[in-house]
Amino acid sequence: MRRRLLLTAVLVGAILPFLPLLLWSFAERWFYPALFPEGWGLRAWSYLVDTAGRQIIDGLVASFTLALATTALSLLLGIPAGRALGLYDFAGKRLLSLLLLLPIIVPPLAVAMGLHRWFLQLGLAETFFGVVLIHLSVCLPYTIFVLQGVFRDYNPDFEAQARSLGAGPLAVFWRVTLPLTLPGIAVAALFSFLLSWSQYLSTLIIGGGRTLTLPILLFALIDSGDRPVAAAVSLLFVLPALLALLAGAQALGRGNIEGVR
Amino acid sequence: MDPATSAGTGRSCPVRRLLLLLGPALFLILLLFGGGLLLGLFQALGYPPLSAGSTSGLGHFQQVLGDADFPRSLGLTLYIAGTSTVVAALLSLVLALALVNWAARSRLIHFLLQIPLAVPHLVIAISLLLILSPSGLLSRLGSALGLVGSPAAFPLLVNDPFGVAILATYIWKEIPFITFMLLAVLKNIGSELAEVGATLKASRRQRFLHITLPIIAPSLGAASLIVFAYAFGAFEVPYLLGQTYPLTLPVWAYKSYSDIDLLSRPEGIAISLLITGTVLLAVLLAELLLHSSRRREGGR
Repeated sequence: MRRRLLLTAVLVGAILPFLPLLLWSFAERWFYPALFPEGWGLRAWSYLVDTAGRQIIDGLVASFTLALATTALSLLLGIPAGRALGLYDFAGKRLLSLLLLLPIIVPPLAVAMGLHRWFLQLGLAETFFGVVLIHLSVCLPYTIFVLQGVFRDYNPDFEAQARSLGAGPLAVFWRVTLPLTLPGIAVAALFSFLLSWSQYLSTLIIGGGRTLTLPILLFALIDSGDRPVAAAVSLLFVLPALLALLAGAQALGRGNIEGVR
Repeated sequence: MDPATSAGTGRSCPVRRLLLLLGPALFLILLLFGGGLLLGLFQALGYPPLSAGSTSGLGHFQQVLGDADFPRSLGLTLYIAGTSTVVAALLSLVLALALVNWAARSRLIHFLLQIPLAVPHLVIAISLLLILSPSGLLSRLGSALGLVGSPAAFPLLVNDPFGVAILATYIWKEIPFITFMLLAVLKNIGSELAEVGATLKASRRQRFLHITLPIIAPSLGAASLIVFAYAFGAFEVPYLLGQTYPLTLPVWAYKSYSDIDLLSRPEGIAISLLITGTVLLAVLLAELLLHSSRRREGGR
């Protein structure tokens, strides 16, 4: 009985915020004090595909390519670093891991503002690569944090065995290291993707209003007061996170994105 | 910061190889994070090649710290970050203790708790705006029940002095985060210690205070610190759901930074550096606290 009560509380708590978004996104007419929409329709959803010069679709593409590029670079740099921190002992390791992980705790505000001027001089401001770099300053430390844990539980003796059987470095990576650490790497990639996906202020500062990602469009929509469209875009915005959750729950048994911020 | 890193792995690696593995990531983080903070500091200090105005030295910091709005902004920011952290930590503690034996087996609970983790803060803020605003769902529900006559009669829960909607957003987002951190520890301690306590006739309260709490305290502290630091430095939620006056520090920092008057730009950077300094101070204090408590345990 108590258990059912607890489950209900968690269920309602987790689902409740989506209710107003769903209702508003399908509402055509909904005046105060009606508890439910008085007219239903697909205006908000069709706005996403055919209005305003496909602005929303472009935002979706911008967000997606940014998150993808950031994640690829995060993994490229983060896998070796996570391996070094998770697998080996060396002098100054504690200090180094503190340094690499500090950006997780420290808010990105000052970093973005400090870099902005320099990026302007380098011609990186208002460019795709400039925004990738500022996202990377947030995502890479997280990726390293996850991968360090992954490699702590990893046994490199399998690599030695593969080498003794004549495998080259590339073959060892593709056929031993990668398959053994793949679930952890997938979690790290997901972390990085979702973190880049939800960046707002750093994109705004470095992108200078030129890089129109979904969160930036969403802010503009809230200001414009079009609640149905804002609700529909909000739902579009959470879709990758929910899809990843479902996929994770399928693939890993118990999903493992604990710790995503 | 991370207790697990202090335990050695027993493996060593040639320095050249270590440099190759760590070098690129270290370089990029130092360049972006360290460089960003340093360049920000130069600009806030009015270092000539980087500054547009005539103020140099600590002038911008003095101007911010001397501003009559500063104590109010700092107070509001501390209130929001502190209250949401304490409430989320307490609720997480209750939830984790209630779930500990069950969550290990229930995939449904795990899945449900992960939803708030995966959803961006911005979306939750928008949802709470639709629920708590004067013409929001809660007000409509109140009207249907005959409790609220008009939107104006509904208590102000958005853009209000107490930051109700901001607190609700943070608490909803952070409860699963802290709960998962606690569950990870609680799962590992098992029930043996509590059983020993029970055979020694310790009451439920004694077992909680003297067995469970000391074990989970470091994780609870670390999770709370991360949550506090996030809420202290985050922009979107208070920008969307907060009052126009006073502003939280991050909102004030961005407003100054993006002002048409370019001369207020260094002031915005100075505020953001003060935020960074406060968070670093909190991390340092937490480290010292952890160390001194460890030493006390060791000396016993």
